[in-house]
Amino acid sequence: MLTVLYFASLRERLGKSREEVALPPGTPTVGSLVEALRARDGRWTEAFAPGRSWRVAVNQRMADPATALKPGDEVAFFPPVTGG
Amino acid sequence: MATVRVQAEDFDVGRELEALTRARVDVGAVASFVGLVRDANDGHSIRGMTLEHYPGMTEKALEEIVREAKSRWDVIDCLVIHRVGALQPGDRIVLVGVSGAHRGEAFAACEFIMDYLKTRAPFWKREETPEGSRWVEARSSDDEAAGRW
Repeated sequence: MLTVLYFASLRERLGKSREEVALPPGTPTVGSLVEALRARDGRWTEAFAPGRSWRVAVNQRMADPATALKPGDEVAFFPPVTGG
Repeated sequence: MATVRVQAEDFDVGRELEALTRARVDVGAVASFVGLVRDANDGHSIRGMTLEHYPGMTEKALEEIVREAKSRWDVIDCLVIHRVGALQPGDRIVLVGVSGAHRGEAFAACEFIMDYLKTRAPFWKREETPEGSRWVEARSSDDEAAGRW
């Protein structure tokens, strides 16, 4: 299983801040996880639509769609950051 | 010995910068940046804002940025304090302080830390305007500023 977190506008759009998600089959990556999330329903398809701006961190480090995933990883999705 | 803090409380700029030089006689320069909440943004008046963050990752990201700054410039110490939660116009949001032997390195490291913080540290602002509240959109000018380094 993976722990998946959502922050800021993405959390609001999806109505969820945290969930446990099964590891995608095959060689799991951030990209294959996003494919699985996109397949859920319209809200998820739209939130992760191609061209939509989101960022991802794996185990609290910035990552990208090619980043490999393993059981127990913490994956966080969020919009581009706006601190400072 | 770098200090990174994420907190809801305000901070005392004078006291924090003074701590960078306490009991040292090798510091010749302290450069600093203070970010504040403005009362207007993108043509909207701003009544307040709420800063959300990613506890755990935020501190790691800031520490990583400070490590990078220290590896690029010959500075003595760095300080980053960033507030979270509800803030009003005029409130302080962020303080970056850098001490060094000379001003050039301290100025550069301070600006680098702010530019990287703006694009790499997981904070998100939600603004309250008279028309309702909205998430602040990231600016491409911030990416360009971080890209200079």
